[in-house]
Amino acid sequence: MKSYREVFGQLRREGRAALIPFFVIGDPDFETSLGVVKAAVDAGADVLELGIAFSDPIADGPTIQKAGIRAMRAGMTVARALEFIGRVKAYKDVPIGLLMYYNLVYQYGVERFCVNAHAAGVNSILVADLSIDDADEVAGPARKAGLDTVFMVTPNTAEQRMTRIAAATTGFVYTVSVLGVTGSRDELSGQVEGLVGRLKRLTDVPVCVGFGISRPEHAVAVARAGADGVIIGSKVVSMIEQNLGAPGAMKEAITGFLGDIRVALGG
Amino acid sequence: MKNRGRFGDFGGFYVPEVLIPVLEELEAAFYRYYEDPRFVAALGLLLRDYAGRPSPLYHAKRLSEHVGFQVYLKREDCLHGGAHKVNNTLGQGLLARYMGKTKLIAETGAGQHGLGTAMVGALLGMETKIFMGVTDIERQSVNVHKMRLHGAQVIGVEGGTGTLKDAINDALRYWTGHVTDTFYLFGSACGPHPYPTIVRHFQSCIGAEARRQCLEQCGRLPDTVVACVGGGSNAIGMFSGFLADEGVKLVGVEAGGRSLAQGRHAATLVAGRVGVLHGAKAYLLQDEEGQVHETESVSAGLDYPAVGPEHCYLKDTGRAQYVAAGDEAVLDAFEALAKLEGILPALESSHALAYVMGLKGRLDGDAIVVVNLSGRGDKDVGIVEKCRRDNLGQA
Repeated sequence: MKSYREVFGQLRREGRAALIPFFVIGDPDFETSLGVVKAAVDAGADVLELGIAFSDPIADGPTIQKAGIRAMRAGMTVARALEFIGRVKAYKDVPIGLLMYYNLVYQYGVERFCVNAHAAGVNSILVADLSIDDADEVAGPARKAGLDTVFMVTPNTAEQRMTRIAAATTGFVYTVSVLGVTGSRDELSGQVEGLVGRLKRLTDVPVCVGFGISRPEHAVAVARAGADGVIIGSKVVSMIEQNLGAPGAMKEAITGFLGDIRVALGG
Repeated sequence: MKNRGRFGDFGGFYVPEVLIPVLEELEAAFYRYYEDPRFVAALGLLLRDYAGRPSPLYHAKRLSEHVGFQVYLKREDCLHGGAHKVNNTLGQGLLARYMGKTKLIAETGAGQHGLGTAMVGALLGMETKIFMGVTDIERQSVNVHKMRLHGAQVIGVEGGTGTLKDAINDALRYWTGHVTDTFYLFGSACGPHPYPTIVRHFQSCIGAEARRQCLEQCGRLPDTVVACVGGGSNAIGMFSGFLADEGVKLVGVEAGGRSLAQGRHAATLVAGRVGVLHGAKAYLLQDEEGQVHETESVSAGLDYPAVGPEHCYLKDTGRAQYVAAGDEAVLDAFEALAKLEGILPALESSHALAYVMGLKGRLDGDAIVVVNLSGRGDKDVGIVEKCRRDNLGQA
């Protein structure tokens, strides 16, 4: 299984930032979602960030909330999500970061979840509502199972805490570009450059930036600021919403968009 | 954080990273001011002259005769705004002012906390936004009008079942994007640390007064103290006064809804399993995988699938016991108090009354039961009438 270290190492040598699309697993249904994710891999996704739908996603804006509702209505469960990841991994060995809310991991049993997620092909786990203060509840079992840990840094994170977050992170630091929930924004946050710069001085762990990135020029600006990866969620998820019932057009829209970003990032 | 915010293993602060610095700021401000003489004096004046504290402890003689033991009502329904919520909204509102925040947001279910926040927003001259589920907006429209009259903006929340849980989701999301100038005035003794501690503190006046008043009026402590539990703010405020009195039995009454079948009630402590929602580890109504269940109750204020972490701890340690009252018994209790005492209780508080009425004939005649009458029922008159009409239609 390809590791983050290999992928980000290779990209650093190429001088290019990773393209990391985010999808809610099973949105709008298992098979369509699988087709979309495979198409995203074909369009040049270097890493995948995949979410398992939760009933109360407090870190997500309307676009991803609706995606979660679609996935759950179509019968998505944690077990099916792990099966989905296995199918993606069988198609191509791309690193997969899992993004979840804590209650789903907690109910599954943290240790058992980490073992099964790793077996399914997951590289890392990011629990949206688990900060480094309570990281012990997941980080130990995760590393024991062979999973990397990913934590978030936000524009209001103090420098000292940033150091602790970087130290707890073995995969990549998920840098949130704005104060707010997930969602496309017309303008890239003016805080990105300073935030990435500060993090880069503190750590060698790859730094990826997400939240509010919806255009090729945003991706370029993030890469220029020194980020190792660009995470694009709501924008691609909105393309699923806009093309419900037309899987062909859905895949075309998403691969076209990701292709443009990939070109803009230089590759 | 200075403190882990734990009650046993319950509580904590399970929130996205962006909220950590804000909760730290709130915790620091709370510990800095809550015993500060200037803050205490200012809040004391407001509680007395604006809210109307102390609230009476009333010996309900006709109700006592009816059930065969001595029932005392802690009259939080007499407070300005019509419920205990004002204790906490004044406290947190003043804290917001001391912190230099200029805007308030709050979630609300029945609208009582929203109303309490809107009142305080007007009083302190702060811009106020209230998040309220669309189902609740419909069933508690009077409170919506009142909030707007006080100048608050009421924001309808469509997600989920359009009830309290969904309102909290959207309030938390909004706060995430407005952390700098906005104070989230949380209404119940749940959510992430430090809210359960802050809300308990500002509601603890209920229990402290009730204990003192009971000693004055009866010459002894009560045998049993009863309060309704949704998130648990009025109950924890009441219980906090008696926790150290081991002889006093504490009973929390949850919303039994239509039945204890999945999705038909909100009896979290009675029927839930430990999980994590809205920043705290607590009992939770959820499915096998951890997706949070929808809830149902005749009272919007108790219609919530989680519960305050301290109540979870009191349940597990056995210090308090928790039971459920079903909608029918609650409606009966509502009508009984109206007829026997000339008091309209809130449907939320009617849960506590329903439990007490269920004890009819089972306690000694001189047993003392203190019930927290957490709010008044004017807001519920239409609902009760509708429920009775619908039932007549079915019969």
